[in-house]
Amino acid sequence: MDENKAAFEPRIIAFVCNWCTYAGADLTGTSRIKYATNVEIVRFPCTGRIDFMLLLKAFAAGADGIIVSGCHPNDCHYTSGNFHARRRWIVFRGLLDFLGIDVRRIHYYWVSAAEGAKWAEVVNQTVAEIRELGPYTEYKKVANYIEETEAAHE
Amino acid sequence: MNNWNKQIADMLADGTVALVIGYEEGSTPQKTRPLFCHDAVAAERLVMDGRCTHNLAVYLTKKELLPAEGRIGVVATVNVLKSALQLMQENQIPEGRFLLMAVGPEGKLTELPDAESLRQYIAAHPLPDNPEVAALIEKIDAMSREERWAYWQECLSKCVKCYACRAACPLCYCTRCIVEDNRPQWILPWASTLPNIEWQINRVMHMAGRCTGCGACYAACPLHLPIHLLTKKLTQEINREFGTERPAKGNVLSTFSPDDKENFIH
Repeated sequence: MDENKAAFEPRIIAFVCNWCTYAGADLTGTSRIKYATNVEIVRFPCTGRIDFMLLLKAFAAGADGIIVSGCHPNDCHYTSGNFHARRRWIVFRGLLDFLGIDVRRIHYYWVSAAEGAKWAEVVNQTVAEIRELGPYTEYKKVANYIEETEAAHE
Repeated sequence: MNNWNKQIADMLADGTVALVIGYEEGSTPQKTRPLFCHDAVAAERLVMDGRCTHNLAVYLTKKELLPAEGRIGVVATVNVLKSALQLMQENQIPEGRFLLMAVGPEGKLTELPDAESLRQYIAAHPLPDNPEVAALIEKIDAMSREERWAYWQECLSKCVKCYACRAACPLCYCTRCIVEDNRPQWILPWASTLPNIEWQINRVMHMAGRCTGCGACYAACPLHLPIHLLTKKLTQEINREFGTERPAKGNVLSTFSPDDKENFIH
């Protein structure tokens, strides 16, 4: 069991804002800080632009975990995008939990353009936690129901 | 003929209103159905009692069903009034266009011509919470996360994507819906479990803080899927997180407070 867990490399999709976290992740690279390579970053103009459907689509496309990150409150490039996003995530998280979707797999952070070291830390931490949870098979099963059903018939 | 029927017949006859939307006897004694009265004669058929459950506010945003000129009367239940008020707050219906009317216990007709009178009437006539709905939500909350996932998966796998929940809801008034968009195709059009769940998540998220809790979505569902629990649960969450007061203009998710609290963003 433990061997299997060690072999499992989680696939993490990160939705980040252009102005803070994306620049922060850039700083992580230019600072030569090493961190887990499991994360694929998708850049958005603002956390306010990150539609909740994108998160669901990431899970459906095989993500085991998701990071959503943007500017700290009061630091938004567009003044209030992250405040709107925060409200949306509070409501969305409650709904997902009620539906039985694993909210432990969605990690939210505020990472500023100066926090290169924090970005490395939060990615490592997320990867470690998702590795512990294992692959998100219950969602994949529903997402790939045609393949799953055909495999069951063979 | 009731006194209030006569009053409405007079209003139609003298042109105070061009159309009255209300309820008439349905095809079985247990049911009523919506009625569009264009003349004083039809007003005799109007009824109003506990069997009137359709949310008539759904017609208020359907321009193709309404006359271009004149006022439109609506013989409304409290649920209809709540939805109509929400539509006014969202700038979907102009205040003077509709004359909302409530029928009291002794057949007394109350005219509610503007948003303020609606607000007062709704506050004076609170609807009781449905204990069955609350009990079901508690039951689902008490389940483990895996059980909840299994429950909703099983439940929503039956959905046939007829979108009756969308059609019955007065607040689902977009002329172009996310499910009809195919570039990108956010939600796959066929009725299988995941797209069904995604559709309900979208429907409910778009209702967040706007849903008036009339239960028309559940009543319209041909499979009796308890989809109203989702909107109800979301309303509970919003009340807990942001308070029961709703913004007078806009809605919960189009506004914010810099002091909003959460415990999951690090």
